[in-house]
This record gives sequence, C-alpha cells and structure tokens, in this order.
Amino acid sequence: MADIPSRVPSRVAVRRTYKLYIGGAFPRSESGRSYPVTSPAGDQLANAALASRKDVRDAVVAARKAFPGWSGRTAYNRGQILYRIAEMMEGRRAQFAEEVAAAEGVSEDRARALVSAAVDRWVYYAGWADKIGQVLGGANPVSGPYFNLSEPDPTGVVGVLAPAGSSLLGLVSVLAPVITSGNTAVLVASERAPLPAVTLAEALATSDLPAGVANILTGRLAELAPPLAGHADVNALDLAGSGTLAGELEALAATTLKRVLRPAGDDWDDPDPGLSRIRPFLEIKTVWHPIGR
Amino acid sequence: MFEYAPAPEARSLVSIRPSYDLFIDGEFVEAESDERIVTVNPADEEPLAEVAAAGDADVARAFAAARRAFERVWSPLPGAERGKYLFRIARIIQERARELAVLESLDNGKPIKETRDVDLPLVAAHFFYYAGWADKLAHAGHGSARPLGVAAQVIPWNFPLLMLAWKVAPALATGNTVVLKPAETTPLTALAFAEICQEAGLPPGVVNIVTGAGATGQAVVAHPDADKVAFTGSTEVGRQIARAVAGTRKRLTLELGGKGANIVYDDAAIDQAVEGIVTGIFFNQGHVCCAGSRLLVQESIADELLARLRARIERLRLGDPLDKNTDIGAVNSAAQLARIRELAAAGESEGATGWSPSCPLPERGYWFPPTVFTGVTQAHRIAREEIFGPVLSVLTFRTPEEAVSKANNTPYGLSAGVWTEKGSLMLWTASRLRAGVVWSNTFNVFDPASPFGGNKESGYGREGGRHGLEAYLG
Repeated sequence: MADIPSRVPSRVAVRRTYKLYIGGAFPRSESGRSYPVTSPAGDQLANAALASRKDVRDAVVAARKAFPGWSGRTAYNRGQILYRIAEMMEGRRAQFAEEVAAAEGVSEDRARALVSAAVDRWVYYAGWADKIGQVLGGANPVSGPYFNLSEPDPTGVVGVLAPAGSSLLGLVSVLAPVITSGNTAVLVASERAPLPAVTLAEALATSDLPAGVANILTGRLAELAPPLAGHADVNALDLAGSGTLAGELEALAATTLKRVLRPAGDDWDDPDPGLSRIRPFLEIKTVWHPIGR
Repeated sequence: MFEYAPAPEARSLVSIRPSYDLFIDGEFVEAESDERIVTVNPADEEPLAEVAAAGDADVARAFAAARRAFERVWSPLPGAERGKYLFRIARIIQERARELAVLESLDNGKPIKETRDVDLPLVAAHFFYYAGWADKLAHAGHGSARPLGVAAQVIPWNFPLLMLAWKVAPALATGNTVVLKPAETTPLTALAFAEICQEAGLPPGVVNIVTGAGATGQAVVAHPDADKVAFTGSTEVGRQIARAVAGTRKRLTLELGGKGANIVYDDAAIDQAVEGIVTGIFFNQGHVCCAGSRLLVQESIADELLARLRARIERLRLGDPLDKNTDIGAVNSAAQLARIRELAAAGESEGATGWSPSCPLPERGYWFPPTVFTGVTQAHRIAREEIFGPVLSVLTFRTPEEAVSKANNTPYGLSAGVWTEKGSLMLWTASRLRAGVVWSNTFNVFDPASPFGGNKESGYGREGGRHGLEAYLG
C-alpha cells in the first residue's frame, strides 16, 4: 500500500514544462521527445524538450523570415529592444539565480552575480547597436571624384552554439552581440544545463524582440549542431560551445562558405568584450557614387 | 564606321627569359621538382617562357625561408622602416610601369589600354597606400597590431600583378612574410616582381614566389607552417580550401566568384548607363569576379536601352592586346575559352537569344566575341553560374522591389550596380542589396583606400583600406 501523506498539503507546486522557442512561439519538439535534466550533483531538475533536426530547420526558417524586418530596423530601435530585454530579466533575477545555481552547482551568491552580469551584458550590447556603424564604417578617401562609403551590414542568419559550462551568462554573451547588429539567431543551449535558456526565452518573448530574431533549442549538441552547420540558409556559425565537434562543424560550414567564429578560450566574466563577437558576423559594404554636377 | 591605323605598343620594352626558376630567400633558385610549365601568349598561342612547377620540397623551402625572415628580420623591424621598403617597391613599379604593362598584356591577353591605365597605376597605389600604414597599425582599430607570421597566398590569372599587390602589400605592411603562388597561366609579372624585391633591397625571405599549377597551390595552402591563407579564385576551390583549413589555427580570407547584378532604373542617365554596362561586363574580357554579368533593366526602357547598348558594342574593337586602340583582348586560356563556349551554348539551348556584334575574330589565339543574351530567366544557367567571360545576361523588372529580389537571388554576393538619378532610390536599393561592393552610377572602379570583398558564397574578408589590414593582424 502506498504511503499516504500524514497531512493534506496546503498547496501543490505547479511545475513548469520546459519547451523550445521558435518563431516567437513555445512548441514542444516536433519529435515529441524530451530528456531529463539533472543538477551537477545528479538530482533531477526537470525535463527539457529534446529538439530534432526538423526543429533546427524550422528555427532557421523562422530566423530567415525575421531577418529583413530586424536588420531593417534602425540601430536605435534595436538598442531600445536589447535594453528592454535587460529590463525583463531584471524583474526575474531571483528566478534566474535559482535556476543558475541549480544548473551550474554554484553558490547562491555566485549565481546572483552571474545573473547580474548577464543582465548587464544586454545593457552593454544595447549600447553598441548604434555605434557599430560609426566604429567600423567610414568614408574612404579614394583618388578620384567619388563619394565612397563603407558600412557594416549584418551577415544574416547565425547559428550559435552556446557555451556548455555557462548556462546563462555564456549564452547571453554569445547571443546579444549577434543580434545587436541586425542578425537573427538559431541558438543551441547548453546540453547539460538548458533550463536557464528556456527562462531567458520567456523574457525574450515579453521584451518586444520580434518573433524569430532569437530561436532557442534545447537538446543533444551532437544531433543539432551538424544540421545547423551544414544548413544552406545559415550564413555564419559561432562555435563557442562546440567542444570536440569544432573541426568537424567547421568543415561542414565550408560547403556553403559560412563565416565561422572558432572557440578561443573565452572569458565570459570580461565586462568589456568590445567588438570581438560583433565584427565576425558583419559584412562590410562599400558604396561608390560619382561626384559631379 | 572608319578604320583605325594600327597603334601597337613596343614589345621590345620587355625581355622575357626562356626559362624561370623559383624565387626563394631573395634569390632565383632551381626547383627540386623537374616539372615545368609553359606559359603562352593567349593572343597568338606562341610560347612565352617556361617556369618551374614547384613541388612539396620547394614549397617547404619557401616556407622555411619565410619563417626565418619573419622571426629574424621582418617582424622585429620598426614599422617605419618596413614602410620604406614598400615605398621603394611602389616607386620601382611606377618607374617600370610601361614594361610591366606590356609583360602583363603579353602573358594575360588583356588590352594594353587596361594594363597601362588600370592595373599598373593601381598596383603602385596599393603599395603606396599600405606603406603608410606600416607605422600606424595601432590606429587601425583592429586591437592587436601584431603580425600573424607567414602568409600563404594564392592568386588568379585575371589581374596577375594587381592581385599580387592586393595580397603582398597589406601582408608586408603588417609585418608578415609571404609565400605566394601566381596562377599557372600568368606567372611572368610575379617573377618580374621578384626582381623588383631584389632591386628594392627587400630582406631575403620576406617575399617568396613559387610558380606552379593546382598541386603547388594545394601544397602552399596546406603547409603546416602557414599562419594565414589568402586566396582569390573560384568558389569551388575556395570551398576546398575552407575545408582544408577547418579545424586548424590558420586564419583564412577568400575572394571568390560573383554574378553581379547591374540594375538600371527608368530614370537613369541612359548613355552613362550604357557606358557603365559595357564597363561592367566587357572590362578585362569579363574576367572579373565582380563583373556586372546580369543586367536588370526596368521594363519600360528595356527596348531603348538595348538598342543603344548594341550600337555601343558594335563600336568595341577586339584584337591585338598590344594595340592601344583595342577594347577587348584575348581570353586567357584554352580551358577558359571552352568554359565560356559551354555556358554560352547552354544559354542558346535553354531558350535565351544570343547576340554578338559583327566583329571578325583573329585566326590564332583564344577569342570570344562580346555577347548579349536577352530573354533570360532566373532559371537559366547563364543567369545563375559565373561565366567569367564577355557574356551579358539581360533580365527585366517592373518595380524596385522586384529588382532587389532578383539581384539578391543568387548564392553569390560580391558586387552590384545601381543606375538612377534619384539619390533616395539609389540609397534604398544599395542598402537592400546583398553585396560587398555597390557601384552607383559607375561600375568596376577600384582604389586601395576602399575595402573590397563579398558576402555569402563570394567569400569572406575584405581587401583594401583599413579593413584590409584586419586579415593580417592577430
């Protein structure tokens, strides 16, 4: 006979179901699968959606669809929206801290510091949106009667493999620089610690970020990264969280000549990463026009 | 029509040796490989000279020299002193410009008008431009001003000396040393450049030139001691190189193919547009990765524009590249001519209508007449594939949105043209085009101060300008 609680509980907790974030919606994996997520100590935290290759393709379609609108916004407006994301996260800091502590097995103090840094990172990149063009572009003094101007353009849809060990700060540190310049992203969250990513998706969904600009998948890196790296409609790849797959994924990316940012021992605590993760996902466009009367 | 008297440039300006060796560690050295390549004049198929096809051992020797020079001489040298060598090189190129222009026309087949007025002035200008950067790298905005090491550089045959300048000048200015492989059909001006390096007193090993074909290029790109790979050429080879470099620490920049759209709106200054279309596709026989090979003309002016375009093309002069009146020279090689013929035949068989002016082609050499295809759809091979020859595909559009959508409907993204008198429409169009270079009311102009490079499958990285330094700093 099963144990009968000695007392009737005053309240039964409403447990969350963790899902994907594609095109502004929160679908389950089309495969119907999920996987158990545990803390570093081995305690089960929740089940997360186990995305499939089809989910990758759906996310790329959503990101491509969102690209013209997002890249067509003014830089000022993109900055406003990135700042709004920081505002949305700020109100849920306690929840993020709890999830980061559970996901990464760090102390509560450390988790709070990581969440604060992640919020501040959105503020940092919000401020970059309308300075990128001024820092990277400019007028070129060509030796002829031409007005010659170079300006950075977003490269398109960027596949982002979030760092495995830094579930929230690392994720924000790779996502924010990609979208601040007008790219759209398909991001694969940390396989081992995906829950803060799903909570971030909820903050994104309520932040004025247009649907499809950031798409977040949870699941197996080895299953999701190759179709993303080989996808013909993905323009660039951030391999930050690629681990031992880096070389293989770079070779796959070569087929469509994707721009690739290789992993380089990144320090997610650095509060001023500058243009290091913005510049690799930009194209410089030069426009010539004759000068005359 | 009237006839022009022949106006040939003097071939006696250049002395071509019957045979050339490799340039390694400041000297011309015999190749260990026994294999030789003959480079011919594409205008008459006469052999010009024999060069070595460097093998793995030769390439290894070049890298060893480049590494030594990098560590002992070139990277420790103060930027201001490095710059002086580049200034010297620029000056020597200017002094020998006429000779080099003739040599380039002989080896490549391009008209002397273009080598003399476009290639050589730009080659010198690139060395001047980057010479001045050598002691100002901290101001370039790329963070670290440290050189990467040894750069492996492989360049194409369409602008042999200009592509050498695009690669060598920024590499040297930033303190890197170089192993460069010129194209197998156009090695002669690179070897002349080796002499210029000697004349400038450039320290041995800073520039090494290994001639050869595809296998030599592969050995250069794959050499484990290359810190950086820079390639200009076809998208297919670019893909192979990107795959070969994957998973290594080597940095990579690629300048690959294109299928540039040249958009003419109904309010364009039509005669200037016609001139720009001709420049866009027939400059350098169309052997230009950024050629405006797809003409997108607004439907309402298509008939008038095409009539004027045909009349203009009738007046182009095709023939002896050394004749100063020649507009269109020879196709660089038999292989390239076969490729152009195959694609032009596909245009006909897929239902487009080809037209060429009534110009006679010389009996010897590799020649293809300027050709315009009308009735082209986006599905046709001639609208999708890079032809790299004097073949223009004409499509029409009705609205600016349609023009942009057709222009962007390609895996390439290198260049585009926009012709309109309305500034707001020009800027609207330019901002929506997926291309690294947009020429508005002009086409195919270049300058060392102006960054150049592609989006999508046209490759990555920029050459020229402040942006061109980035690829050589780490």
